[in-house]
Amino acid sequence: EHMEENLRRARKGDLKVSIHRMEMERIRYVLSSYLRCRLTKIEKFFPHVLEKEKTRREGESSSLSPEEFAFAKEYMANTETYLKNVALKHMPPNLQKVDLLRSVPKPDLDSYVFLRVKERQENILVEPETDEQRDYVIDLEEGSQHLIRYKTIAPLVASGAVQLI
Amino acid sequence: MGNGLERRKNGGREIDQEDGLRQVLEEMKALYEQNQSDVNEAKSGGRGDLIPTIKFRHCSLLRNRRCTVAYLYDRLLRIRALRWEYGSVLPNALRFHMSAEEMEWFNHYKKSLATYMRSLGGDEGLDITQDMKPPKSLYIEVRCLKDYGEFEVDDGTSVLLKKNSQHFLPRWKCEQLIRQGILEHVLS
Repeated sequence: EHMEENLRRARKGDLKVSIHRMEMERIRYVLSSYLRCRLTKIEKFFPHVLEKEKTRREGESSSLSPEEFAFAKEYMANTETYLKNVALKHMPPNLQKVDLLRSVPKPDLDSYVFLRVKERQENILVEPETDEQRDYVIDLEEGSQHLIRYKTIAPLVASGAVQLI
Repeated sequence: MGNGLERRKNGGREIDQEDGLRQVLEEMKALYEQNQSDVNEAKSGGRGDLIPTIKFRHCSLLRNRRCTVAYLYDRLLRIRALRWEYGSVLPNALRFHMSAEEMEWFNHYKKSLATYMRSLGGDEGLDITQDMKPPKSLYIEVRCLKDYGEFEVDDGTSVLLKKNSQHFLPRWKCEQLIRQGILEHVLS
């Protein structure tokens, strides 16, 4: 908005206008791309996203904006209604309820992520992936970068001690 | 037992999808009724030997349900993709392949999306179905592939988009028309 004001004040044909416009378009692209990514994830994991929001404790901040939460609820209701009307209500009575939490795949919290450490962490417990391995402890130095399983450092992302890259 | 459901899943949209679905639902009804009578027999008539068959039919029922729901949901995902590809008005050729319920799902989805986008910062909101690619240049050369009519550019000026006419227009304004096949980006 700020930049749109500036644009109106500059003269038409001014080089400033072009550069301003270009910058605005870049910002709009980055913003749109980010929000699209969020929406895609919400749609992909919708029962789990809603379940997480439902079981959120008092004082814990939500990972969804109120508008995203509304969107997620509408998506779920829309899909449930559709499946019920087209197929489920025509099925035997004991099979008409589908637990979407069980049918829709969960996000894989064991996937590896890149991160940068913002605040030094000591004694982070890394659980073994296979039965042959044993768990071990690592320290995360400030400014260092790592490739690690998301589940291991999930609380640190939430607290801001590490930053995903 | 899959009744060609798997074949349809891979083949995309078929006009007679309702027929396949109906067959599966009829089969499920038949299996269920057979099971109900066998369960009664097993309980009252002491026919414990029927239990493996009962279990087998139940597994078939669960599998049929799983395939059905997977197939229907996969179609929904493709329909969802149409909103992002074509915009909120679908070409008639595509609508022909959609059931009435799917159309209703699509309408609810696009309304939900519109509400969300309107809420994004500022009064007008942000249309995140635009700007799908990083901007390389402000203006692009486009050729008009079909007659479209008046098209408003910035500052209230407008251009007449006639078939084969070429224009030098702001990239972001052209994005949707390019996706709809009305304009073509001329790369020189």
